[in-house]
Amino acid sequence: MSRPPPDVEEEQLELEEEEAVSGTGEGDEIMEEAEEGYTSSTPTSTLTWISWFCSLPGHEYFCEVAEDFIEDDFNLTGLNSMVPFWKEAMEMVLDVEPDEDSSKIPDVSIVEASAELLYGLVHQRFILTRAGLQAMVDKYENGIFGTCPRVYCEGCCVVPCGRSDLPGLETVKLFCPNCNDIYTPPSSRFQGVDGAFFGTTFPHLFFQSYRELAPAPFKRSGVSPGSSLSPGRSPQSGSSSSRQSPFVNPNPHGGQKQPASQVYVPRIYGFKVNERSKNGPRMQWLRMRPDGPVELDMVDWRGRWLDDEEYEEEEVEEEEDDRPMEDFDPVVDDEEEEEEEGEEEDGMESRQPSRAPIYPDDALRGKVKAVRQLV
Amino acid sequence: MLRGVDDVSTGSDSDYSNSWISWFLSSKGNEYFCEVEEDYILDRFNLTGLNTEVSNYSQALDLITDNLDDEIQDELRGTLDVQARLLYGLIHARWIVTARGLSKMIEKYKRVDFGRCPRVLCQSQPLLPVGLSDVPYEKSVKLYCGRCEDVYSPKSSRHGSIDGAYFGTSFPHLLFLVYPNLIPPKVGPVDAAAALRNGGVVAGAGAEAEGARRTRRVREDSEVEGSGSGVGEASTASVALKAERYRPRIYGFQLHETAKLQRWQEATRDRQVARLEAIEDLN
Repeated sequence: MSRPPPDVEEEQLELEEEEAVSGTGEGDEIMEEAEEGYTSSTPTSTLTWISWFCSLPGHEYFCEVAEDFIEDDFNLTGLNSMVPFWKEAMEMVLDVEPDEDSSKIPDVSIVEASAELLYGLVHQRFILTRAGLQAMVDKYENGIFGTCPRVYCEGCCVVPCGRSDLPGLETVKLFCPNCNDIYTPPSSRFQGVDGAFFGTTFPHLFFQSYRELAPAPFKRSGVSPGSSLSPGRSPQSGSSSSRQSPFVNPNPHGGQKQPASQVYVPRIYGFKVNERSKNGPRMQWLRMRPDGPVELDMVDWRGRWLDDEEYEEEEVEEEEDDRPMEDFDPVVDDEEEEEEEGEEEDGMESRQPSRAPIYPDDALRGKVKAVRQLV
Repeated sequence: MLRGVDDVSTGSDSDYSNSWISWFLSSKGNEYFCEVEEDYILDRFNLTGLNTEVSNYSQALDLITDNLDDEIQDELRGTLDVQARLLYGLIHARWIVTARGLSKMIEKYKRVDFGRCPRVLCQSQPLLPVGLSDVPYEKSVKLYCGRCEDVYSPKSSRHGSIDGAYFGTSFPHLLFLVYPNLIPPKVGPVDAAAALRNGGVVAGAGAEAEGARRTRRVREDSEVEGSGSGVGEASTASVALKAERYRPRIYGFQLHETAKLQRWQEATRDRQVARLEAIEDLN
């Protein structure tokens, strides 16, 4: 565990209030006093059902739910209608000696399945609590959940994630905070773990709670606006670069970590595949990030660029009217300036061939001009 | 011609294989490699420049082509095996971008020898090997998904230690350039076996592109002129619109900053689609 010594911890608390500094291990101040959720894990001579369950192969993602959390009926609201043999399952999970009338249950394996379901559903709720998040951040920092398989996420650690909060629908997946995508766990032993035992909310509440662990949605720090003009991307080699100029997200509720922002560019014999090719890149947007926080604001809540409102909808609606070029141009010009940095991947090559075609009529020529400026 | 091979192959208890190449291909961890035809290796033109990359070049070449002398010392054999692997890998990188090499790799692709995309929304799309560098000893092999167009690390460390230069940076892109009908659709389950067998991906991709257009209510008019192209000629300009993506949610609500980033990404996508469709309308 990477708990810093007390003096470092205080220092970090002060830092946290003034400016959000990126780095590792700064989730620690939130970690304290949450220890009680983790005490039962100490190996004793008599293994509790919970410890046993969490130590099974394939159950590495589970944390141990505190028994007093399970004993509090309020935390179990609504679960008794979802779990058959509720009472017996509760007794099994909490290691309570069963009543003498337990003979009515035909098979122990049925109760075991119920106990697993009960524990999983309680686990889904527990890991959203302070103690549960604490237990999970310990596992996260120890790399228990593994890393993102995507090459350009550069080994970003992932967290378990469900695609449904109802059990029995999908197995557990892994959420990567860097690419905001979900992946199938690499080992087949997780194929038997229900995604609902982690739930849809957990990964995101986790990274909201530990913002230092969450990559920001833009490439460069928000505090140095001049840096967006410097060519090439700064190498994000963790601590060394962040010590020189700490990565800052002006949004205190957003991710505070420098993201791994490189996007794969397909090449054939060293040449980028042109987007006009049928097999040209179509999915780079999925992984792209704007340079700075300002650029993020250039798209409104409907997903349209603020600086060219006509572009998306009116362009199409008014196409039939043969919009005169005078209205078209200023918009496009504005747009091009800001476009330049955002789409550095669309290189020179796409520009060149668009000069060639012969334009059948005036309306098309206007369009070609617009297109040419865009590419 | 095959003499001396037995000494080499006995180490790997694969007695049935009788040539170095088939021994190499059948040994564990080399599942990504395909067989380079002997004619290709024996044509020295195809090996231009490799003699500077590989030490003990001629002996390594002899080992690969099973022409190595029996009298070779045992201590050399160990290092020679490493050099032979390097040489075979570099020849392999050149071979798989030839017409015959591509078709051999497509067979492996159809058999899903390279694994499936770990991204959940790619619905187990089969992958293709790709290097991030054409120079050996720089980067290990990665896997390219034609659906999300991204690269992933192999699951197993066995494959993670293979040199990426043995596959090269161009291979998957050249494959889809030569065989555009193999470009996977952006949505729908992977029916790789059936679709690839009868070349049905062409129709699939075509329908996908059409579907993408139809969902874009605003683009309905432009569809009429653009969709005249036949099967196999189907446009990929707007396929990205159909691609699924994951939306992080807390108790069903999207996260402000993530949603903002996703809107920005989608606006970037829409801009590219508009650009491509405008270009397409001209042609």
